[in-house]
Amino acid sequence: MSSMQLKTDRILSYVDAIRESVHQEMDRDPSVILFGLDVDDPKAIQGSTKGLLAAFGPDRVFGTPLSEDAMTGTAIGMALAGLRPVHVHIRMDFLLLAMNQLINLAAKYRYMSGGQVKIPLVVRSIIGKSWGQGAQHSQGLYSFFMHVPGLRVAAPSTPYDAKGTLAWAIRDDNPVIMTEHRLLYYQNGLVPEISYTVPPGKARVTNVGTDVTLVGISYMHVECHRAMQYLQSKGVNVEIIDPIWLSPLDVDTITASVRKTGRLCVVDNGWTTCGAGAEIITAVLERIQGERDVRVHRMGFAPVTCPTTPALENHFYPNARTIASAVYDLVNGKPQHWMPDENPELATYQFKGPF
Amino acid sequence: MDGQALSQTLYRSLYRIRRTEEEIARVYPSDKVKSPVHLSIGQEAVSVAVCEALRKDDSIFGTYRSHAMYLAKGGGLKPMIAELYGKATGCCKGKGGSMHLMDVAAHVMGSSAVVGTTIPHAVGFAYANKYKRNDSIVAVFLGDGATEEGVFAESINFAVLKKVPLLFVVENNGYAIHTHQSLRQGVSNICAISNAFGVPSERIDDNDILKIYSRTLELSAEIRDKKTGPRLIECMTYRWKEHVGPNEDYDLGYRSKDEARTWFEQDQVPRLAGLVDQNWRKSMELEVEAEIRDAFQFAESSPFPTEEELLTDVFHAA
Repeated sequence: MSSMQLKTDRILSYVDAIRESVHQEMDRDPSVILFGLDVDDPKAIQGSTKGLLAAFGPDRVFGTPLSEDAMTGTAIGMALAGLRPVHVHIRMDFLLLAMNQLINLAAKYRYMSGGQVKIPLVVRSIIGKSWGQGAQHSQGLYSFFMHVPGLRVAAPSTPYDAKGTLAWAIRDDNPVIMTEHRLLYYQNGLVPEISYTVPPGKARVTNVGTDVTLVGISYMHVECHRAMQYLQSKGVNVEIIDPIWLSPLDVDTITASVRKTGRLCVVDNGWTTCGAGAEIITAVLERIQGERDVRVHRMGFAPVTCPTTPALENHFYPNARTIASAVYDLVNGKPQHWMPDENPELATYQFKGPF
Repeated sequence: MDGQALSQTLYRSLYRIRRTEEEIARVYPSDKVKSPVHLSIGQEAVSVAVCEALRKDDSIFGTYRSHAMYLAKGGGLKPMIAELYGKATGCCKGKGGSMHLMDVAAHVMGSSAVVGTTIPHAVGFAYANKYKRNDSIVAVFLGDGATEEGVFAESINFAVLKKVPLLFVVENNGYAIHTHQSLRQGVSNICAISNAFGVPSERIDDNDILKIYSRTLELSAEIRDKKTGPRLIECMTYRWKEHVGPNEDYDLGYRSKDEARTWFEQDQVPRLAGLVDQNWRKSMELEVEAEIRDAFQFAESSPFPTEEELLTDVFHAA
C-alpha cells in the first residue's frame, strides 16, 4: 500500500529537504528557475531557498516585485516557452492574489489548446500557524485547488516526502501546487542524499492498526501521531494514513484501510465545509457503501476566522488531545466525555519514519 | 521589401482577414459557428502591420478578439474555421473556440477571454527568450480596457525591470464593450502610463497600416538588436461591429454612426487595394476567395470530436 521508500540513516529537517530538492533539480536541469517575493533576501523564505542564488545566479534565482498576479502569469509564459518555473509564496494566503492565473489559465491552458502546450509550473506555498499568524497568514486553501481539473496538489508532512514530492513536481509537465506547513519546517526525518521522487497518487500508511483509520493532512498528520499515543492508553489501535498528494488522491489505500477498520476520521488542516475531508470521506463511502457499515468524522479549523491571540487560537485548531477524544467517541459509537491530560513529552514528538 | 511588394503582402493579409470575417458574419445566423465571435472588422490593420513586421519565430499573445492576429501571424485558416465550428479538426480540437485560438506552429501562443490575462504570459515568454539567449521577441496585443487591469501595471513593471524583449501593442478601439475610454480612465493617456513605468511609447492615431508597419519594424529592431527592453505602441482603431456577434450596434446609442464614419473613411482595405498592381490583385482575390470557400467546406465536412475527447488534454502524460 505504502509508497516504496529508499533506505538511509541520514536525518534532515523538512526545510533542508526542500532546499536540497530544489538544489538538486536546478543542478540537473538548467530550465528550472526559482523566483518569488524575497527568495533571494537574507532570510531566504525561512531558509528554504538559502544558498540558491549563490549557486545558480540571478537569472535563475530572483526576488520579484509585489505582483503575485503578474508573476504567476509570467511563470505560465516561461513554462509555455519550455522553462520549469518554481514560484514561491511565503504564505498560502497570498495565492488568492494569483487565483485568476492559476485557475483560469494554468489549469486550463493545455485543455483549451487541444493539447498543443504543457505547463510545467510549480507553486510553492507555506501555511502558517501560531506566533499570532492570525486571519491572513494561516489558511490551508488546498481544497480550492483540488476542485479544479488540470492542477495537481501535494501536501507532504515528512522531510522524506517534502523532498520527493517537490522533485516530482519540478519534473512534472503540469502545474503543481505544493503545500508546505511552517510548523513542519523543523521536523526531522530520514532523508536520502540522492535525488528521488515521490510520485502522485500514492498515500502512505504510517501506522498499521485495526480499530480506526485516521487520515491526517499536512501538519495534522503529526498531530494524528501524537493522538495515537494518547489513544494507546485506552487500548485503541489506530491506523494512520498520510495522503501526501491531495490531487490526485489515493482513494484506494484509504478505502482498503476503512474496509478493515470500519471507521474513518479525517483531520484537515483547513475548514471542513467543502474541504479535503469531505472529499476523502465521500470518495471512500462511494466505494464501500452497502458493503460495509462505516462511521465517519471530520475535524478541521473551527468555522471562524483564525484569531490572533493564542488564548483563542488554541481552540481554533484540532490538536492531539481533541483528535484522541473524537476518535475515542467514534470507536465507541457514542460520546465518552474523555479528554486525555496533556502529556508534555508529546509536544516535542517528531514522526521520523521509516514508514 | 520594395513598396509594391510590401503593399501586396499587407493587402493580401488584410483582404483575407476581412473576407474571412465577413463570411463568419454571414454564416453566423445559421448557428453553425458554435462559439461567440468577437469580430476584428475595422481593426485588422493593426494585426496585419505588426505581424508582418515580426519574424516567423517571434511569438504573439492576444485577446478574445484575435481572429485577425491569428491569421496575420500565419495561424491556419482551415483549423480556425473548424475550431469555430467546434470540430475535431479545429486548431484546438474544438476545446478552445474563437476566444482561445492558438497555433503553436505559427507561434500564436494564446488568446484569452479574461481581459489582460495574456499580458504576463508574454512577459514570461520574453524572459525565457532572453534566458535562452535566442533573438526572438514577443508581441502582446491588448485592448485599451486591459490597461485598466492591475495585471497590466504589474506586468509592464516586471518587463522593464528585466528588460525583456517584448512589444506591447495596444489596440485602442475606444470602447470596453459599450463604455468609452473617457468614462473609465481619469486620464485617458495610455502612453503616459507606459512612459511613467519606463517603457517608451508612441501613439498612431489614424489606423495607418503603413505607419504601424514601419514603426513596428523599427521598434522590433531596437528590442531585438539593441536589447533595449520593452516598447509600447498604441494604435487607435475602431471596431465596426458589435462587441460580440456578427451585427452592427449603432442603434444601441452608446456610439454614433457619425463617429464611425471617420473610421470607415480611413479603411485600409480599399486604400491598399488602390496601391497594388490591379492584375495581381484580381488573381490574388480569386485565390483567397477559393481558400476561404475551402476552409468553410473543410469545417462543414469535418467530424465533431468523439466523446472520448472530453477527458483528454487535462494533463500532459510523462
